[in-house]
Amino acid sequence: MYGALTVTDFDNFGKELKDEDPEKLAEFEAKIARGEKIEPMDWMPYMYRKQLIRMIEQHAHSEIIGALPEGTWITRAPGFRRKLALMAKVQDESGHCQLLYSAAETLGKSREDMINDLISGKSKYSNVFNYPAVTWADTAVIAWLIDAGAIVNQTINAKGSYGPYCRALERICYEESFHLKYGHDSVVHLATGTPTQRKMVQEAFNRWWKPIMHFHGPPDKASQHTEVLVRWKVKMATNDEMRNIFLDTYVPKIKELGLVIPDEKLHKNVDGIWEFSDPDWNEFYEVINGNGPCNAERLAVRRMAEENGRWVREALGVYSGAYVAPLS
Amino acid sequence: MKLDSLDPRISRSDLPAESEYVPKAGLDQWETFEVFHQTSRGGQHVHVGSVHAPNAELAIVFAKEQYARRMKCVNLWVVRTSAISATSYDDSDMFEPATDKSYREAFGYKNKHIIQKFIADQNSQNLQNSQNSATTVNSGG
Repeated sequence: MYGALTVTDFDNFGKELKDEDPEKLAEFEAKIARGEKIEPMDWMPYMYRKQLIRMIEQHAHSEIIGALPEGTWITRAPGFRRKLALMAKVQDESGHCQLLYSAAETLGKSREDMINDLISGKSKYSNVFNYPAVTWADTAVIAWLIDAGAIVNQTINAKGSYGPYCRALERICYEESFHLKYGHDSVVHLATGTPTQRKMVQEAFNRWWKPIMHFHGPPDKASQHTEVLVRWKVKMATNDEMRNIFLDTYVPKIKELGLVIPDEKLHKNVDGIWEFSDPDWNEFYEVINGNGPCNAERLAVRRMAEENGRWVREALGVYSGAYVAPLS
Repeated sequence: MKLDSLDPRISRSDLPAESEYVPKAGLDQWETFEVFHQTSRGGQHVHVGSVHAPNAELAIVFAKEQYARRMKCVNLWVVRTSAISATSYDDSDMFEPATDKSYREAFGYKNKHIIQKFIADQNSQNLQNSQNSATTVNSGG
């Protein structure tokens, strides 16, 4: 589950680009223009590598951290079938993290460094996972609509230019189709249930509407650098375009269940563009910078997992060898 | 300050909100193995990705969890990434044939037109022969 680039560092972008060998750069861009994928051993501009590491790493962190809000309710899932399904989903998210770390590793950043940067707070992850799953219904809303947003993002990015990332995303999208169905089923169950269940899911939906609107990130600033990232097929659609696709597909599905969207301004223009109230981008930046309701808990849990697993790794790791980044 | 979580497992763990974390050193996550799966007997093994593991035995365990959790699989291979030698994409022109290598391809042997011409010649020859022999019979009568 992942939205868009949460932070884009454009410092030195132009300078770095000027330093590239023009012949190699032209060849690289021609390859992408022909629709060919870039593979790890190919020449690539420094900024292409840097942006992709950042993007894939943030995506990987979002998968592993994203398992935590939903995981909150595993112990108290309503019935064994829901419990098994939620455990399977959480396992999938951890698996997606593994796939994405491997893809990022092909670009030259080690898994150890990525985990260290997550736990120290240097690397970011999707903002929405810093919000709590207050009730069981929150997990249903997350599984349906956050995953739906992620599928929009990932299906588009799977057509990008970097081979290992595309391959990981294809596998992830395949698995997430189960998440979407499972999440929708859980919401349908509550929304068509007793008045208490309906109230519960509406309240969860109200809590999650803002993070859902934040999910694809703030509107992109038009800049030369964004154009370059689009040309390199690192950025496949603007954040607003992805949000629009999401709203187009899911607003009708939300409404058919009788759920009320807590934004009176939300409507579709004649030109097909959705209008909505400002989802409070200040809050978005506050939460990214560590001040959300669950930032401290998410990182503390990750730290605990790493520390509690240390003795296991040490026990297994009687090892003499050298690290080689994965080939593909 | 202790963390007060909605998740009872986290509250029970009595986690401090802040603590010293010892950064991982290199190889904390071991080396990588490339994973190949076979979806049915008789099929090829196909590369699906990699796993980090301390040895081949555990690499198989992790590969099963990671790559055979859902899609059909009847057999898995794991190979140390460091054991693989690969060509470079920069040298991919080495796969272009240097000269006409059609003699080593099935498409290099197109002869249907020769057979068709042969059959046509045979037919016209036979026709010619039968007309000739008919003439001979007539004139002989």
